[in-house]
Amino acid sequence: MTISAPDTIYRVETRTRTSTIAGLVGIVLILVLFAAPAFASRGLIQDLFFILTMLTLAQFWNLLAGYGGLVSVGQQAFVGIGAYALFAAVILWGLDPVPAILLGGVAALVLAVPFGFFAFRLQGAYFAIGTWVLAEVVRLIVAQWRAVGGGTGTSLPRTATENIIFTDQIAALFDVRASAARDILAYWLALVLAILTIGGIYWLLRSKRGLGLAAVRDNPQAARSVGVDAQRVKWFVFLTAALGTGLTGALIYMQKARISPDAAFSLNDWTAYVIFIVVIGGIGTIEGPIVGVLIFFLLQTLLAQYGAWYLMILGLIGIGVMLLAPRGLWGSFSDRTGIQLFPIRRRLMGGPLTIKTPSREE
Amino acid sequence: MSIISLDSVCKSFGALKVADAITFEVREGEALGIIGPNGAGKSTLFNLITGNIAADSGTVHFLGEDVTRQSAMQRCLNGIGRSFQIPQPFGKMTVFENLLVAGSFGQGKSERAVEQAAADILDRTGLIGRANTVADSLSLLERKRLELARALATAPRLLLLDEIAGGLTEGECSQLVGTIKDIHATGTTIIWIEHVLHALTSVVERLLVLDFGKVIAVGEPAGIMARPQVREIYLGIEV
Ligand SMILES: Nc1ncnc2c1ncn2[C@@H]1O[C@H](COP(=O)(O)OP(=O)(O)O)[C@@H](O)[C@H]1O
Ligand SMILES: [Mg+2]
Repeated sequence: MTISAPDTIYRVETRTRTSTIAGLVGIVLILVLFAAPAFASRGLIQDLFFILTMLTLAQFWNLLAGYGGLVSVGQQAFVGIGAYALFAAVILWGLDPVPAILLGGVAALVLAVPFGFFAFRLQGAYFAIGTWVLAEVVRLIVAQWRAVGGGTGTSLPRTATENIIFTDQIAALFDVRASAARDILAYWLALVLAILTIGGIYWLLRSKRGLGLAAVRDNPQAARSVGVDAQRVKWFVFLTAALGTGLTGALIYMQKARISPDAAFSLNDWTAYVIFIVVIGGIGTIEGPIVGVLIFFLLQTLLAQYGAWYLMILGLIGIGVMLLAPRGLWGSFSDRTGIQLFPIRRRLMGGPLTIKTPSREE
Repeated sequence: MSIISLDSVCKSFGALKVADAITFEVREGEALGIIGPNGAGKSTLFNLITGNIAADSGTVHFLGEDVTRQSAMQRCLNGIGRSFQIPQPFGKMTVFENLLVAGSFGQGKSERAVEQAAADILDRTGLIGRANTVADSLSLLERKRLELARALATAPRLLLLDEIAGGLTEGECSQLVGTIKDIHATGTTIIWIEHVLHALTSVVERLLVLDFGKVIAVGEPAGIMARPQVREIYLGIEV
């Protein structure tokens, strides 16, 4: 259809001044984080490793649930399978743990195909329960795998952990012991993974695919009617999240160097906490999980000694935030101030639209 | 040549037959109006044409191709665009983004390639001032306009409009009629379900009357409205 010549020239903007500043601050922050091993204690490096890996898991869960509308409570299956693939590759085939991380991602991707095939038959709450049941099934099967320790688990052999690539150079560079050098290596890998994840998700959301994703989340029926392949979008998001979650799982257990099915497939550690992080931070935003993971870490540091009370307090805080700020802490802040560090809105400018500044018109 | 043709299309919801051996065709470039009482199966007929609902039996041909088994997505890509009677916006996206999705996916182009056209459509449908507003905060009338605008953004060869004139003032209604006439003038085939008969008959060349899932009359509007059977259904409705 062609209609009379356009009378006004419009343009589209996404970036805002805040986001430009945020970008510059982000670059400085990244440089500081890369340099951290030069001045930070080993304990702090381990804490940062924990924060970064949880952040990565949270970003992928947010991609699934917040952008894709797929509320999975079975993501621990991909953490576990990624971790076990790494252990199998190191123990059974003698692979170096660092390249074995990639194998963990591939294993999660492969598992995601049958997993999604079953789970996508279910909708809403049934999808959530279905993913949890499937994850349990995977855990039970892996617990039968004798070669990697069966139900009790196993450790990475010393010969493998002592010869991880780059650790000698890192030990020499910072003048630390081999075990500390391994932590630094794991930390750097976690940092790279977190940056690639956030950068990749932001890039995705700003691409045409991101538009299709948002459309399917908002109204699948209408999305199909304007030519969006809703099924393909769902699969794309699910497979991407599985890959990223598997890579993170492998990295986490490379650093722990000890694995068991109950720990690696823990619903609590790898999905419940992750959901808590996303929900209190703000679902459906990239900033939300960043805020959420910092709060989660703070709470854990302050309250972990109280055992069962800790979980109850986490639960109460989660419920409180959901009631008082349903869009999470970042979501409420952003609604009130209009500030977005990772803006994805395509704002139409030009013609009659230049007079108004629609930055607050979220 | 007929752009769309239905042959004995049937559809039941349980015991309720909402499409009863529906057979008709529309020529390329034509404008067809569909009327009938509430619950006659008009919106369902649209869903059968677009693939949002699968037919129980019968065939649908679009541009000579059998599309009966095609998905709604595929039919959109082939050139069928539609509005929903109950607006179905992408609620958390802005009005402009709603059109960007439709333009880029519906036409298989990049966002860049469709943004100016999307803005022009907003201009013509009176939504330009709301371009950067999230769709959830639009009024019902604005949502209906968005339905039209978003369908246009897919650059359809066949445009299906489902009751978009209800609730408009005289001025708004004649503006809408003007817009639809413009779209028609560019060669787009239109099928329009509408209760506002004077708006409908000022655009369409033929009327199709649907009652209890059956086509009871098709033809030139004045002749159709003169039929006793149609007058009976429309008793009390101003022509
Ligand atoms: N998805 C559905 N499931 C069951 N019944 C439906 C469904 N959609 C429509 N109907 C019924 O089919 C009949 C025709 O509906 P519809 O096509 O919307 O009529 P119209 O658009 O002519 O008012 C109505 O009685 C309606 O209740
Ligand atoms: Mg209807």
